[in-house]
Amino acid sequence: MTLDTVAANVSDLETSRLKADLNADLKEAVLEARDLSFGYLNSKKIISDLNLIVRTNERVALLAPSGRGKSTLCKLLAGYLLPNKGSVLLDDKPLPQSGVCLVQMVWQHPEQALDPRMRMRQTLSESGVVSPELIESLGIRQKWLSRYPHELSGGELQRFCLARVLAASPRFIIADEISTMLDALTQAQIWQVLIRECEKRRIGMVFVSHSAMLTKRIATRTFKV
Amino acid sequence: MLTLNHELEQSHHHHKHANTSHHVGGHHLMQVENLNISFTMYESDARSYFNAKQVQSNVIHDLCIGVHSGEIVAIVGASGSGKTLLADSLMGHFEPNATVTGSIWFDGDKMDAASLKKLRGHGISLVPQSVNFLDPLIKVGKQVQGFTKSNSIKKCADKVSPKNISNNASSISNSDDANNSDDVSNTGNTNKARRFFKEHRAQRAKLQAKLFERYNLNSNVASLYPFELSGGMARRVLLCCALMDNPKVIIADEPTPGLDLELAKVALADFRQFANDGGGVLLITHDIELALSVADRVAVFYDGTVVEETAVANFANPDLLSHPFSKALWHALPEHDFFAPTGGDALS
Repeated sequence: MTLDTVAANVSDLETSRLKADLNADLKEAVLEARDLSFGYLNSKKIISDLNLIVRTNERVALLAPSGRGKSTLCKLLAGYLLPNKGSVLLDDKPLPQSGVCLVQMVWQHPEQALDPRMRMRQTLSESGVVSPELIESLGIRQKWLSRYPHELSGGELQRFCLARVLAASPRFIIADEISTMLDALTQAQIWQVLIRECEKRRIGMVFVSHSAMLTKRIATRTFKV
Repeated sequence: MLTLNHELEQSHHHHKHANTSHHVGGHHLMQVENLNISFTMYESDARSYFNAKQVQSNVIHDLCIGVHSGEIVAIVGASGSGKTLLADSLMGHFEPNATVTGSIWFDGDKMDAASLKKLRGHGISLVPQSVNFLDPLIKVGKQVQGFTKSNSIKKCADKVSPKNISNNASSISNSDDANNSDDVSNTGNTNKARRFFKEHRAQRAKLQAKLFERYNLNSNVASLYPFELSGGMARRVLLCCALMDNPKVIIADEPTPGLDLELAKVALADFRQFANDGGGVLLITHDIELALSVADRVAVFYDGTVVEETAVANFANPDLLSHPFSKALWHALPEHDFFAPTGGDALS
């Protein structure tokens, strides 16, 4: 690491602290799953009568063996699927059916979550203004912006996905196995930024990870599906 | 290299050993020395399309790695760093614009491109990462037996009579059923080849059934198509494919994506068994947690080369690791500091 980037990181940290002070009066929000039931067509219910309340100061880990509906619950919470019964409420109101959703999801396979025919710059600009500090702290390089998704690796793409989600100013982030296919260094780096941003902007988090160590490190609370 | 006594030297060829590392016959099962791979490309920042000059882009440089009998060696590195390229070059797959230099020894013999190609499947086998590597239109039993390619039939014919049959062999392979003689010229040699082929096929079928039994695959699995397999079954089918011709070294390229650590350990138990029987496994992965829990030795791959080849036990303490990148990897693990330097060029 060069001295310049160290200096940049330090000043970045300081501004983030200042912003955190400014945001101190940001209101708490509550994401609630009320009596949630869901089953895919022609199969039995995967989720039945599930109740979960997440606040903005929490990072909740969803625990369940594979195939028990963790990802399905993530999609329900982020509004990508509609429940058969029950509801997902953000501050006692249902999630909006159009416009920017304040509950944003980050997917396991970033290469499937990005438009293959759009350059990264365009993809980023779709979700609003991304601050240069955020791009810097996520380690996104300028030359990547003019590339297409297939010209970047999974770890590089996942950084864009995080930048895009954070630019939408969400109150909650749903993270479904976002670092499974990344090496340990990238994993640590991405989570470091994500946790810092979430604490700074008071964003609540629900996440899934198969790694017990990672869960222990990140979660403030666990929830068995 | 030939004068070195491998059993006596604790540390040689730039690596340290694990308890399970053996030197059968006084040498390594596989040893790669100073491998360099570069690609001829056109300048990416040329002023115009027509003025672009050819440049050499170096992807792998000065790479050394050894595989001993009885061990699993994990190559750990970031995705997109060229690990799969290494696997390809060990199998003798070279892109037309690639320049490859270095030496590869297999079981004491020095290899070249032609001999590596010969070893493919018959000494070094690849276990690819997903079911996508199976032909979706051929039943898995047949695929494991390996009669999907015309050249294996051609080989049968060649064995009977190397000169006369090879011309007819392609016509045999074109007809689905060996008894269908419409497009086979009616010579004695062809009949001989056909008979030989039939026997050979029966043998391979038997071997395939045996392998399926060993890996708990039902006999009816052989008549399923790849899309009908679960993830775990597909993994075992791929392993059976690799084991059909008694390899000595298996190269496993990210064999456990999407599995949690417990399931991955089950998946890798088969590799462990293979290693315990005297084989060597080269496990290519990005997942250091997995590597540390199943491998005997870990080779840390960074920036196009192996920066450190060490026993898993040395990962207990960062002071036992010698390269800064290995240390950074240690510090980045969730059970340790979970720390990574921010910014793009973190470690340069």
